[in-house]
Amino acid sequence: MSIPILQAKEISVVFGGLRAVSDFNLTLMEGELVGLIGPNGAGKTTVFNLLTGVTPLSSGEIAIRSSKDGKAHSTKGMKAHQIARLGLGRTFQNIRLFKSLTVLDNLRISMDHLRRTTIADAILRTRRFSAEEEAFTARSVELLKIFELDDKKDLLARNLPYGEQRKLEIARALATDPKLLLLDEPAAGMNPQETKDLMRLIAFVRERFQLTILLIEHDMSLVMNLCERIAVLDYGQEIAMGTPAEISRNPAVIKAYLGEEEI
Amino acid sequence: MKKKGVDFLLLLGSGLLVYCLIASLAWVGVIDEYYMQLLSVAGVYIIVALSLNLITGFTGQLALGHAGFMSIGAYTAAIFVMRASLPLLPSVLLGGLVSAVFGFAIGFPTLRLRGDYLAITTLGFGEIIRVVLNNLEGLTGGSAGLQGIPSFSDTGNYTLDAIIKFSWIFAFFVATVATISNLIRSSPGRVIVSVREDEIASTSMGNDVTRYKMIAFTVSAFFAGIGGGLFSALIGYLNPSDFNFLYSVNFVVIAVLGGLGSLTGTVLGGLVFTFAQEWLRVLGDFRLVVFGLLLILLMIFWQSGIMGNKELSITGLVRRIFRKGGRAQ
Amino acid sequence: MVFLQQLVNGISLGSVYSLIAIGYTMVYGIVKLINFAHGDILMIGAFCGYYAFLWAQGSASPVLAVAFAFLLAMAISALVGVIIEKTCYKPLRNAPRINALITAIGVSIVLENGARVIPFMGPNPRQVSIPEAFKGVFALGGLTISKVQVLTLATSLVLMVVLTAFVQLTRTGKAMRAVSHDMDAAQLMGISVNRIVSITFAIGAALGGAAGVLYAMNFPMINPYMGIMPGLKAFIAAVFGGIGSIPGAMIGGLVMGVAETLTKGFISSKLADAVAFGILIVILLVRPSGLLGKSAREKV
Ligand SMILES: Nc1ncnc2c1ncn2[C@@H]1O[C@H](COP(=O)(O)OP(=O)(O)OP(=O)(O)O)[C@@H](O)[C@H]1O
Ligand SMILES: [Mg+2]
Repeated sequence: MSIPILQAKEISVVFGGLRAVSDFNLTLMEGELVGLIGPNGAGKTTVFNLLTGVTPLSSGEIAIRSSKDGKAHSTKGMKAHQIARLGLGRTFQNIRLFKSLTVLDNLRISMDHLRRTTIADAILRTRRFSAEEEAFTARSVELLKIFELDDKKDLLARNLPYGEQRKLEIARALATDPKLLLLDEPAAGMNPQETKDLMRLIAFVRERFQLTILLIEHDMSLVMNLCERIAVLDYGQEIAMGTPAEISRNPAVIKAYLGEEEI
Repeated sequence: MKKKGVDFLLLLGSGLLVYCLIASLAWVGVIDEYYMQLLSVAGVYIIVALSLNLITGFTGQLALGHAGFMSIGAYTAAIFVMRASLPLLPSVLLGGLVSAVFGFAIGFPTLRLRGDYLAITTLGFGEIIRVVLNNLEGLTGGSAGLQGIPSFSDTGNYTLDAIIKFSWIFAFFVATVATISNLIRSSPGRVIVSVREDEIASTSMGNDVTRYKMIAFTVSAFFAGIGGGLFSALIGYLNPSDFNFLYSVNFVVIAVLGGLGSLTGTVLGGLVFTFAQEWLRVLGDFRLVVFGLLLILLMIFWQSGIMGNKELSITGLVRRIFRKGGRAQ
Repeated sequence: MVFLQQLVNGISLGSVYSLIAIGYTMVYGIVKLINFAHGDILMIGAFCGYYAFLWAQGSASPVLAVAFAFLLAMAISALVGVIIEKTCYKPLRNAPRINALITAIGVSIVLENGARVIPFMGPNPRQVSIPEAFKGVFALGGLTISKVQVLTLATSLVLMVVLTAFVQLTRTGKAMRAVSHDMDAAQLMGISVNRIVSITFAIGAALGGAAGVLYAMNFPMINPYMGIMPGLKAFIAAVFGGIGSIPGAMIGGLVMGVAETLTKGFISSKLADAVAFGILIVILLVRPSGLLGKSAREKV
């Protein structure tokens, strides 16, 4: 329980003149569920982009423990897909599904990095190829069952209702077989009942797949109930880090949120 | 597994049926040599347009220089046949391979970049190839072109020759469709399509998108080269100026007309395009004006083309007919 | 000396490319469209110049004739540019980019082949009759510089200065920069995006038309397809300078012009066109965002 799975040291990024994230530190221990909160534009999504390698760091260092060899790897010089293959899955705040593909294909695309057959196998339709396709499909359907999407596997992703698109994003991230999952406002736009169901689902997959989760969420009560630790970001800087109880008493946090409400 | 076997047999059967129908109609003279030639040309255009659809329709990367790849295949095949007396089949395949090598070399630096860069580089590449072909006089005959390329067959019987030509092209057409469609409907193929859908999401799922773009682009260049090799034997002469920018645009038009991301659409698009181009000849000098106007109107009012990104499924069609039949009883 | 001479020729030719490149870069900056028809606007400008010189032959003063040629070419080109934008590109502003691009190619095909069938343009090359006063050369030491080259440099310089002032100082210019930076945000700020897009096309086309007159005076044989190659080269110039950047297009045009004349002078005139595209591929390898371009990163 006490081995770090992710360590970010003093990470920063500058866009034009704007320091969107500034000397941010974060250590995630295996199995933890940590919340990342902060006012709009604080830089939460940017932190995700830095951790996943979608946005290159301006300075700082990130190390992730690979789910394959169990060793910590610095992500310096790695491309986003290489970082993902260390066992890091993510969802996007502004849903980025493969919209004109089926629900099933959205998941199977996440499994290609596990493929053992070659393109020649695919073109010649060898036995090996068919076996692997069936295995990918079976695993995808299994995941879809958890999210109650299995009977919609042949629908196009764009035809799913909004809430199910959010669920599909999580399922797609899980299909990469991650140990560390970054969820960017998974409940955004959902009603209270849907949100509750989703949180139960997240808790379930966390147990089932033994995940470490970093969660961005605006709904405070939810974050307070669910997370073991919370990091608070304001103007790209970490202003607090601690248990929900500590965070709710922290004057800097209160000020950041109250300041926002006054606007 | 069984269902797949049936699908395959159905496809094979319908392909054979179409082929036998056309060949026998040609044999009894219902389709004359002129139309057989036109069908063969359409076949070549379809092969090149299918290759373009792989990179533009399925991978989402606009390429504007497929005439360049086609000309590489055409000249390579012609030169091997004429100067090295190699048989036609290996020459055509070599044309595809050389074109693929060029595809790899061009794709490697440019496919990392997002946006319209591939369009611009491929356009530039097509133009460079044309200039180079014009200047390599010893090998290509320069601007005078290359004449007297041996045809697929020369039996002296025009009808038979036309059928043999068509058979070659039909065989390559089937092979191209089978390869591209099997590639697309596989795990790597789905990743290729996911690049079109959302590159960032695909990378974040652990996929090396640049590598998959490279694969799609190289395969695309290969089949464009194959199309070129067939073209050289079909037409019998080559001239660098024929493979200009407008010629590349033709393949884009076919792919868009049929529907980007639809293989059956490209087949239909290629047929419509080839015949329409032939029929528009009556317009004389106005032909290209009308062509341009049609292109603009098509883009504005009919963006998805004939098939959109759907496929016309023969097996689906057959099933539907049978099911209806079943219900009627 | 030969080198200096080629350099002078290159800068003169390059300033024409710059004018065309500005049109590409402005349009791309705002609607993210490679406007393939822009090279054909050059052709239209050239034909306007041809007729202006014909009408003005002998009668008016040569300076007036040239001024008339520019005004006519710029006005008609701007008009054509705006008509194309309103009828062909505007309906596609939210369509996939490839559709807009193919439309632009369609427009280009229509303009070129339309010019072929219009009786007063026609398929055959025509000789431009430049006013006598603008023929001849100045000799400076060992260098010769033609009057047309002087006119070319002067006109391009004036037009570029005016354009820069317009974009930097006027309200409309600022709105143009805002739309180019972020169209949606500009719309929210109350800028009429449609108007700005039309103005951009008009200015770009007017500069393209002026370039057409200059091009026709430098190479006085004109035909319907004359715009294709300079159009492509100017486009490369725009990429070289950093697509979307007006100063970049200016510099890029000069570089392309000089590279072309140097290749023609010292390597091979046949390869000059291939060199242009070679340059393009090299830039994309080394610095894909161009000389002055900003590398745009997608927000996730
Ligand atoms: N690619 C980028 N280029 C320039 N600026 C960016 C980029 N990505 C983010 N920003 C800026 O960085 C700041 C932080 O943005 P970010 O999306 O990380 O905030 P956030 O905390 O996720 O906010 P929200 O709660 O609204 O999602 C914002 O000012 C944003 O405009
Ligand atoms: Mg965010």
